[in-house]
Amino acid sequence: MTAEAIELDSWLERLPLTLRDLLAGPIPGPWRWIVQDVIAIAVVLAVFPLLFAFLTLAERKVLGRIQNRPGPNRVGWGGILQPFADGIKMLTKEDIVPRAADPVLHFLAPVALVSFSLLSLAVIPYGRHLVPLDLDAGILYFFAASASSELAVFMAGWAGRNKYSLLAAMRALAQLISYELPLLLSLVPVVMLAGTLSPSGIVAAQAGWSAGFLPHWNILTPWGLAGFAIFMVAALAEANRSPFDLPEAESELIAGHLTEYSGFKYALFFMAEYFAMCALSGMAVTLFLGGWQAPVAILQFVPSYGWFAIKLLSLLLGFIWIRATLPRLRIDQLMRLAWKFLLPLALINLVTASFWHLSAGWGAAAQPLRWGLGLALVAVPFVVIGRRLSTGLGPRTYRYAAP
Amino acid sequence: MLGTGILKGLAVTAKNLAGSFHDPGRFVTTQYPEQRSVLPENYRNFPFLVAEDDKDPMGTLRCVACQICEKECPPQCIYIEKSRDKKPDAAGKMQLYPAVFDIDISVCMSCQICVEVCPFDAIKMDQEFEIATDNRFRPLLRDREQLARSNRYFQQVHPTEAAEVDARLAAARRAAEEKAAAKAPPPARQEVQTKPATERPDPPAGGIKTEA
Amino acid sequence: MNATLVLLGVFIVATAGTALSLQNIVRSVLLLVLSWFGIAAFYLWAGAEFAAFAQALVYGGAVSMVVLFAVLLTRRGHQDATVAPPPPGRLLAALLAGGAVAGIIAATVIRTPFASVSDEVPVLPVRRLGALLMGPHAAALLVTGALLTAALLGAVVIAAGAKDDKEGSP
Repeated sequence: MTAEAIELDSWLERLPLTLRDLLAGPIPGPWRWIVQDVIAIAVVLAVFPLLFAFLTLAERKVLGRIQNRPGPNRVGWGGILQPFADGIKMLTKEDIVPRAADPVLHFLAPVALVSFSLLSLAVIPYGRHLVPLDLDAGILYFFAASASSELAVFMAGWAGRNKYSLLAAMRALAQLISYELPLLLSLVPVVMLAGTLSPSGIVAAQAGWSAGFLPHWNILTPWGLAGFAIFMVAALAEANRSPFDLPEAESELIAGHLTEYSGFKYALFFMAEYFAMCALSGMAVTLFLGGWQAPVAILQFVPSYGWFAIKLLSLLLGFIWIRATLPRLRIDQLMRLAWKFLLPLALINLVTASFWHLSAGWGAAAQPLRWGLGLALVAVPFVVIGRRLSTGLGPRTYRYAAP
Repeated sequence: MLGTGILKGLAVTAKNLAGSFHDPGRFVTTQYPEQRSVLPENYRNFPFLVAEDDKDPMGTLRCVACQICEKECPPQCIYIEKSRDKKPDAAGKMQLYPAVFDIDISVCMSCQICVEVCPFDAIKMDQEFEIATDNRFRPLLRDREQLARSNRYFQQVHPTEAAEVDARLAAARRAAEEKAAAKAPPPARQEVQTKPATERPDPPAGGIKTEA
Repeated sequence: MNATLVLLGVFIVATAGTALSLQNIVRSVLLLVLSWFGIAAFYLWAGAEFAAFAQALVYGGAVSMVVLFAVLLTRRGHQDATVAPPPPGRLLAALLAGGAVAGIIAATVIRTPFASVSDEVPVLPVRRLGALLMGPHAAALLVTGALLTAALLGAVVIAAGAKDDKEGSP
């Protein structure tokens, strides 16, 4: 980003950079990059735990309102201080390590999980000038970090020396591995069409507006819509989030791989799950929703990090909405969904994206045909595979009970 | 088609979310303690002793220390000691009264058997439930002074039941007065002597019906 | 920069060596995974970003799972996780086989004429890597792809043939 281009942005847009330069100004030249990076790390470490805290509150209140009740509203005005009360509770709880447990693994599992989740937050472009780490292969780094966090799940299940938590950890691992494939396959078209693995490059590829009000976001294309849907379902499963929260539901093997954890370590697991959710939503915003771009040209006065925040919060609220609506999937239903439904659809999405890319040169008269073919390539496999997998699973008929 | 059920479900939850802000049917929580639920009339918690007059509760208790409730109470949470002397009751008759009447409400299970067997409508069920304490011994042992409530209070918490009890007791009192008035003047003629037999008042009802 | 290389080398060899010597097999697997992450760090130091992240993703995220599942599914419980110390015959055979492999790799490395490297680290952009893979090295990519597809199909066939209850039963 050239200096002149930075000057053209509004002062609101440049505000984070101004603050950072204020803090790093006194440091002499060769060491300034260290201080700037430390400031970036500190900001991420400050913002995301706060986001986690208020996200738990928002989740409880939204879930409550959907269930015709107010949610927590006693601590502070309308319950706003509830997360801090929960934090104090978690900190003061007794930390129980079973006597037969492996103490090193038992301690390292939550640490590793949180570290990998935090590492994955480093490459997401939060704003026009706000990427903590601008890597050429940033997407690959992101998924390497989240794949490595599966190890911590296994360590947690193994360390407790509890055969039930080990069994649940293996089920959780099976779920995580199965949904890696649709997750990664659904973003291959994005990388293909943007021509780069760098998140800022992908955001830049979605710049511009047709006729001033139609953004070029990937979600507004047939393959992008399908890819976004597959990515969101797989992200729900990767973050162990309802309806895929089999690993941590209370009715499933106590608490799954978290059974032997209490107090602050349990809070760390919880926090790592929310970080993963935020990171995957951030990546979905980057890949499909145009990152920090404004949806209409005239709304560009809102700074880029503002748009990113709005989109991120909408996705997170969508997660909460889905949690409130859908019942939990069983492990075999979960695996079937990943391998027999999402994987074929993701593979067919590659074909759709290739068609879309190759037909980019079609004229204005052929656009309806292009869109029709694209949407048909998305909708027909969905309906066909969906129907084939749903045979025999229709509404139940009861022989003796009255309808 | 696959997915339509999910979309319908999402629409239902969204309607619930939006409705919870303006539709009382979609927000059914009573925000205790700022708001209180209206208790149904036949809600019961622990017993209380009925006193006719709220200015002198100890002197006007209906209880005559017959100890039927003590014997019938399943967890045996009532402890009664009879008095040595007698006092006139509301009808003027000399009755014993309870010198000690303790109920251990940590034992009481609110079964209402004491109310059902009392021949004198002296013990009724109260509706108070905000009685949490931090000491599980003395504050949960209610003595006679703590148990006594006036009949006016009984009429407030159980109107239907109190009306029925008051009517019955008033009728019994009236019958007793008519019987006393019929006995008082000497019989004028010989055939009047058969009158007391037919005008014998009904005995007070043995069981109390508490349907409300 | 040589100090970094020495440190990385020591880390990788030390974790792998400790992994070999531990009795608890799960702990040695986890130390081996740590050594793989060390190799990824080495790739980063050498400027091969893509290889480093691919190493972390594939080895740390997937191969480690395979190894752990293999360990867990072939042992009956936590008490079987410890390995008995090997008999001396096996130790000799391991030294011979390992020595042979190490000798072949070392000979190949020493005999290969490497171009002299300048002080700055050459960074290969991913785009160029993709062009190279699809162009001059396309044959290798296709062969690898065919191998992986065959392995995947074989795994599906084995897994599907193992049980014969009808699919879709609740």
